Amino acid sequence: MFSINLVILIPFIVAALIPFSYRRFKKVHLGWIVLIVPVVLFVLLARLIPSLASGKTYVHTYEWIPSLDFNFTTYLDGLSMIFALLITGVGSLVILYSIFYLSSKESLQHFYCYLLLFMGAMLGVVFSDNLMVLYVFWELTSVSSFLLIAFWNHRKASRQGAQKAMLITVSGGIAMLVGFIMLHTMTGSFSIREIIASVSEFSDHDLFIPAMILILLGAFTKSAQFPFHIWLPDAMEAPTPVSAYLHSATMVKAGIYLVARFTPVFGADEVWFWVVSMVGMITLFWGSFNAVKQTDLKALLAFSTISQLGLIMSLLGLGSIALQFGYSADSVLYTQATFAALFHLINHSTFKGALFMVVGILDHELGTRDVRRLGGLMTLMPFTFTIALIGSLSMAGLPPFNGFLSKEMFFAATVHIMEVDIFSLPSLGLIFPVVAWIASIFTFVYCMIIIFKAFLGKPQQEKLDKPIHEAPIGMLISPMILVALVVGIFFFPNLLGQYILQPAMSSIYPTFGDAADLTPKISAWHGIKPELLMTIAVIIVGAILFKFLKLWKPIYGLFSSRFTFNVLYFNFLASSVSKSNLVTNRYMNGLLRHYLLYIFIFFIVTVGGYLLYFKAFSFDISTNASFRVYEVCLVAIMAVAALSMLFAKSRITATLLNGVLGYSIAIFFVIFRAPDLALTQLVVESVTTVLFLLAFSHLPDWKKEKLSKGTKLINGIISVAVGLVVVIVGLSVVDFNLYDPISSYFEDAYELAGGANIVNAILGDFRGFDTMLEVVVLFIAGLGVYSMIKLRVKKEDENIEDQ
Amino acid sequence: METLIIMLIGILVAVATYLILSRNIIRIILGTAVFSHAVHLLILTMGDLKKGNVPLLKEADAPYADALPQALILTAIVISFAVTAFILVLAYRTYQDVGTDDLDELRGARDE
Repeated sequence: MFSINLVILIPFIVAALIPFSYRRFKKVHLGWIVLIVPVVLFVLLARLIPSLASGKTYVHTYEWIPSLDFNFTTYLDGLSMIFALLITGVGSLVILYSIFYLSSKESLQHFYCYLLLFMGAMLGVVFSDNLMVLYVFWELTSVSSFLLIAFWNHRKASRQGAQKAMLITVSGGIAMLVGFIMLHTMTGSFSIREIIASVSEFSDHDLFIPAMILILLGAFTKSAQFPFHIWLPDAMEAPTPVSAYLHSATMVKAGIYLVARFTPVFGADEVWFWVVSMVGMITLFWGSFNAVKQTDLKALLAFSTISQLGLIMSLLGLGSIALQFGYSADSVLYTQATFAALFHLINHSTFKGALFMVVGILDHELGTRDVRRLGGLMTLMPFTFTIALIGSLSMAGLPPFNGFLSKEMFFAATVHIMEVDIFSLPSLGLIFPVVAWIASIFTFVYCMIIIFKAFLGKPQQEKLDKPIHEAPIGMLISPMILVALVVGIFFFPNLLGQYILQPAMSSIYPTFGDAADLTPKISAWHGIKPELLMTIAVIIVGAILFKFLKLWKPIYGLFSSRFTFNVLYFNFLASSVSKSNLVTNRYMNGLLRHYLLYIFIFFIVTVGGYLLYFKAFSFDISTNASFRVYEVCLVAIMAVAALSMLFAKSRITATLLNGVLGYSIAIFFVIFRAPDLALTQLVVESVTTVLFLLAFSHLPDWKKEKLSKGTKLINGIISVAVGLVVVIVGLSVVDFNLYDPISSYFEDAYELAGGANIVNAILGDFRGFDTMLEVVVLFIAGLGVYSMIKLRVKKEDENIEDQ
Repeated sequence: METLIIMLIGILVAVATYLILSRNIIRIILGTAVFSHAVHLLILTMGDLKKGNVPLLKEADAPYADALPQALILTAIVISFAVTAFILVLAYRTYQDVGTDDLDELRGARDE
């Protein structure tokens, strides 16, 4: 039995090896080597499907920081299995596709390194049971997404898109982190399974709703839900394999995963129901509505992805209502929404992945993805056309493709929700089928745009830079496999339902007894029901709208381009940069004196303030050693010398006064029984004074400082205050005897280190390593002095040559 | 004795602070030198003064003066000497290149 932890680590390990080994694979496209990773992982995971279907789950724990309750615990159940299969399965196909999409001239080692990084992080997200570990992987997916979007980093749009995606998803991630910490505060655990088991006791807690909202923020930003959807269209600057992989099949579904995972925790709350389902509905409508106006096929698919993510999200919201009623024959009906969500999640990955790859083919082979320059490709690119046709029709919700099945289930779920008589649904419930139906019409229209505008009609060779030709077979394999799944799932949906979806249902509804009850039988034909009528109406109205697209398209012009979320985002970004500059320039003004003032004032306020606040000042003269007259004289001499430095007229005087201080301290060292210090101090002080005098011969004369009275006053006040604080701290600390001094240990120096001079033994033996580093510091300072003098000479030589 | 020395340390620190807040590089360097004197005295005082004999095992009898602060100060003296030497040469080089020893004139341009 292999450990799931290893599944997460393998992509990271391979990613770490790539920079060191890619040069060896000059002759082979690096993608072939990398392809092994997801294929192996997929097979390993797929072998576990039967045992998961029989209700088994796998838990592995590797203790990381047990004292903080952070453990690298992986949990493999039905829900994480769906995502893991998508990550490794779609990952394999995308890497296969990328081998033909990216030429060997691109920096493939970076591309595959980032891609594997993402794969590992994403597997980490879906397998982690510990919330803190999940969070780390979650942010890692944002980072790798950033790197992949900016893969062509010479393009400004790529960099901007990457930055936008990063800022939005990471700020959502931080909100989520706060939510996780709140959950921990409530339940005392970071383990999702433990939280699910105990959360019912905390649903009245003050933090329950804030934690829910914060976690949802993380999910919504990641899954590009309205109004955070704006990053996804810009993320399309990434190479198309990345868009197919991260920005339609896996990463953007991390938010869906999070919502599904936390449904047992928060799902029984009314707020959860309304927020998740309504945000999903708005996103569904807004995405499909905006997709119609796009002319760039990739942008169209981006908005379509936003819309489909909204669909899945709203279904999860609708499905959570089943938790209101507990486990009964009636509530099982409502769980079908969740079932449809999971089903559509898989279907969306298949048809959208195929469509992205088709757009990638068009971009790669014809040099454009602009729908206005394409047309009539059907006969010249028959395979590509077939793939696009199947993908689009499935997305539009037509039979015989898998999109039809999940779309019907979606309609059915929205119709069922009207029958619920809580949460004021009898009056508001009508919103759901109506919005779903309108959004589906727009979905139908943009699917038709892909088919009719790009592939039917007259070929427009004159608008293209390259001759129209079919793509190489290598690029067609991956989308073909995906559309084969699109058709295959339509004919054998229950196979998927039983083995993949059923175990996931029991992870979302752990209290609902037998998972088999939660798994409806999926069938294409179930009599004339509202959902079928809705589909037929979608086709009719959609066809009419598509036919007269030119007539009603001007309504998009009604939306002012000055009040979009994009403008809001850019204004926010620009103003935060300029405001921070303003603030920073105000205090980072280039004056050393000001910076030092900040430091001194901080010292006075924190240390002095602390002593004052806690009344920590203590003063006891009784323990003082006695003093003699000559010692007092010495102290007086030092004080006078120090104060005279302030008024010294010449620099020589000041330096000599500093020398007086140094030599007096040497005398104090003698008095205080420190002969080594006295010797060192004498030598160092002499050398320092000589050094000062040497430097003076190269420096200008000491000009009288022209300081204003105010400046002098401030300097004086600060200086006196610093001195006072030091005195107070010194007086308080000198009598601090809470612990025994450790010095007695060193008095065994002769036995321990063989040295009779304790100070020398400490320096040369007990703390020998410190002394060695001290020598290194001295050495570096010497090097610095030497090179500063040396560099000047060289520069002068150059100047002479220039002349 | 301790109280007296701590008072002296306070004076030294105040003088050093005032010097460091100047515009002239030499005054600042002198300020750091005075500052390190003050710190050395402070460390020594914290280990109690005149409470024992010279910490030489063969030469004197117990009790010994606290040897640990002495070892710390020995390190500190050498390091502060290295730093003083370094900034002195830095000041010298700056003056050679820029032609001023006034920090306000050395201040970088705003757009940098």
